[in-house]
Amino acid sequence: MGKYIIKRILIGIVIVISGALVAYAVIRCLPTSFIENLARQRASNPTSSKTYQEWVTQLTSVYGLDKGILAGFVGWLGDAVRGDFGESWEYGVPVVLKFKQVIGYTIILNVITLFVELLISIPLGIIAAKNQYKKSDYAITVFALMGISLPTFFLAILLKYVFCVKLGWFDMYGVTGRYYNQLDTIGKMLDIGHHLVLPVITLTMLSIGGLMRYTRTNMLEVLNADYIRTARAKGLPEKKVINKHAFRNTLIPLVSYMSYLIPSMFTGSLITETVYQIPGIGYISYLATTKGDIPFAMFYLTFTLILTQVSLLLADIMYAVVDPRVRIN
Amino acid sequence: MKEENKTNNIQASPSAEEKEMALDDARRVKVLSPGMLVAKRFFRNKLAIIGLVILVVLFLFAFIGGLITPYSQTQVFKGMDMIQKDYAAAVYNSELRYTMKEGETLSGSAKSQIALATSKGNDTFEADGAGYTLIPIGEDSYQITKLDAICTVLTSSKAMQVKEGETISDGLKSAINAALDAGQSQFSYGGVDYEVRMTGKKAEICKSVTLGIASKLVIDAYSADSEALVNSYDFRLECEKAYHNNKTSFTVDGEKYTLETDEDGDAIVYDAAGEAFAAASHIIVNPNGQGINLSIEFKMAARDAVEARTSSFTVPDASGSEVEYKMNVVNSNFYFTTMGSSELIRRFEAPSSSHWLGLDSNGMDVLTRLMYGGRISLLVGFVVVFVELFIGIIVGGVAGYFGKIVDNVLMRVVDLFNSIPFYPMAMIVGAVMDSLDISSTARIFALMFVLAVLGWTNVARTVRGQILSLREQEFMMATEATGIPVKRRIFRHLIPNVMPLLIVQATMNLGSIIITEATLSFLGLGLKYPLASWGSIINAANDIQVMTSYWYIWMPPGLLILLAVLGFNFVGDGLRDAFDPKMKR
Repeated sequence: MGKYIIKRILIGIVIVISGALVAYAVIRCLPTSFIENLARQRASNPTSSKTYQEWVTQLTSVYGLDKGILAGFVGWLGDAVRGDFGESWEYGVPVVLKFKQVIGYTIILNVITLFVELLISIPLGIIAAKNQYKKSDYAITVFALMGISLPTFFLAILLKYVFCVKLGWFDMYGVTGRYYNQLDTIGKMLDIGHHLVLPVITLTMLSIGGLMRYTRTNMLEVLNADYIRTARAKGLPEKKVINKHAFRNTLIPLVSYMSYLIPSMFTGSLITETVYQIPGIGYISYLATTKGDIPFAMFYLTFTLILTQVSLLLADIMYAVVDPRVRIN
Repeated sequence: MKEENKTNNIQASPSAEEKEMALDDARRVKVLSPGMLVAKRFFRNKLAIIGLVILVVLFLFAFIGGLITPYSQTQVFKGMDMIQKDYAAAVYNSELRYTMKEGETLSGSAKSQIALATSKGNDTFEADGAGYTLIPIGEDSYQITKLDAICTVLTSSKAMQVKEGETISDGLKSAINAALDAGQSQFSYGGVDYEVRMTGKKAEICKSVTLGIASKLVIDAYSADSEALVNSYDFRLECEKAYHNNKTSFTVDGEKYTLETDEDGDAIVYDAAGEAFAAASHIIVNPNGQGINLSIEFKMAARDAVEARTSSFTVPDASGSEVEYKMNVVNSNFYFTTMGSSELIRRFEAPSSSHWLGLDSNGMDVLTRLMYGGRISLLVGFVVVFVELFIGIIVGGVAGYFGKIVDNVLMRVVDLFNSIPFYPMAMIVGAVMDSLDISSTARIFALMFVLAVLGWTNVARTVRGQILSLREQEFMMATEATGIPVKRRIFRHLIPNVMPLLIVQATMNLGSIIITEATLSFLGLGLKYPLASWGSIINAANDIQVMTSYWYIWMPPGLLILLAVLGFNFVGDGLRDAFDPKMKR
């Protein structure tokens, strides 16, 4: 097991580095107009002692743009390993600092969503499995497919149209209200919570379908197993059969499914954050990347790459932990 | 699984009947092929049929609808609308206007000197080395005369130095002497005025030539025919003289004109026949816009309005109907507007019988753009899925068949592509495309390329997984034993067995690709104007005004996307059930 994990980690590192290299190569196709803008800004600063050209040279070498793609990437990698991802061009602060400022919103949003999602989709999945091919099963399946088939942004706009424009229950944008700064601590929390209602509903509606279908499929498989027949034959109440014998065994695939959700928790809320303009990592990186902020874009991409690898590893380990029959070789 | 289907079917027929049948009995031969069985099972599934119907309708809508629609996707609809349009502007004239005698000109420096002299109250000035005199006609109205030096005379000795090119007759000479003796500064000889300018002991004798008139009075002709006359020096001189001296008539070229001045200082000149001939005023009225010809009636009415500061007035137009004009005052300028028809782009027009879903922000027909956008959205889906299948089948097939190192290396490549997060990467590519100013057609191909390159890994994994298990089956051992080449073994024997699963996956993928493409276009990373896709049409909802007020622009494309994706998912579900009845949805 230990050997497998080490092998996995090594492969993961190679994949992260190659993935970052691919991204770096693409991102270097960007024209260097941003550097020129930055240099012009700094040169026109009265306290600056350097000329525009000197600033261009300095900034270019700082960001390794004067070197080839490979050499530039090695330079970037060397800094990145030491935790230095450079200064964001768009925000003018170190990338890591900006990340720390905004990641909180994304985590809050996604953790709430995850809980709501679990609370709704697992029971629904079990109900659908119990009533296979009955009306409730069809209804739940169609509902789940609707969720999968709705584009995030369209659902978000629809919700905004109904609840913000027509009913006026929520603000259209942002995570804090107009009077946020005058509120006390509890008031502030409630204000943020109020602004997160629609994003959470959006994210939940979209993710319910997948998890529900997954629960249903696994539950069906378990329900056909011999030990369920045995439990029923023993005369156990149906409730106990479902909740104790069947459901516990569906937990194994569910746990592995959940670890796949980790990376999507951080990148999956990008569109929702953008439509509602919640300053989480998704929206902030969207703004930075579309404006050609190379340090931030590289950081966000590397961050998700690492997250994906960690979640894959976690899924394997969790699988082994939850199900003692699994022995990875 | 196909073999199984066949045997099932044969077993189903009662064995008693089978004995009585001949070997070539039609009923016996009429066993459904595996493909037919799949189709039969598929058409039995209600949800799948609904999905199929949705898809057929959508395809008809996008591909046939685009042909039927009377509009093109980039046609901009404009309409005439009545709006307050700029018509004319008026201002009190503060600049001198020059009416020159025929053949005479005035240099720019001379004009500026005139302005300087009149503001200081001087009646002489010098420009370009020559002297000028201003002879007042009335307030802010001067006759300009230029003094051409012809000779200089020493006052003591009367010695005369004649300028080059000038000849001085004896009579003139004596007139000069007489004037000098008498100390006159002006004298006339032979109908020409002369002026004496003393500089020390020298006297400069100058011929006084009238150049024209500088005046702040604005004189407009009533008809185009009389414009030349009205603008001529003679007419103007007489007119101004009469105007400033409060005379009621004057004569030019033997024609008699009468002048009628009102209390505001506006005057109308009538010719001998009593027809209005010209108008004089201190207010300039000019057209404010191209192609506007102001009638003199309008000008006079506008002047009255300016003086009376009325906010609106009416003037009959050429056809005799009354037109209302409104006046706005900005500082010392007066602007006149009138209701005029103007061609406007019909932005955000509500649905009507000619435009069923209204017009968008560019005045284009939403329904037509939805049809053309549907073509792109659906085509992008199909092309991307096809490319994904192509790459995925080759990589997955090779990896699964050869196994070992080949498998290991290829699967790491798959892992790499699989781990690249889609949206961050798409955002980077979108930013690069934006900065390189790629054309909107090239963007479609770039978009498809990115979608395919980041999406083929699932196909490869499915193919590899299936082949790994199929490889161990007996029929593959048979192909090996019969010596069929490797290529044939993979693509003729293995891949067809993976096909059912792939078709299901591809159908489901189509839906998700349509969503992804729409999302990218919505974020502004995908398709750009003037091309449309369903996503880029919803993009308009990013504008808060469009979202809140014009639901008919962004709602339909969203519903179409929902329908298309639902259709593909239903069909995919149905296909899965049909291919493998054992597999429970």
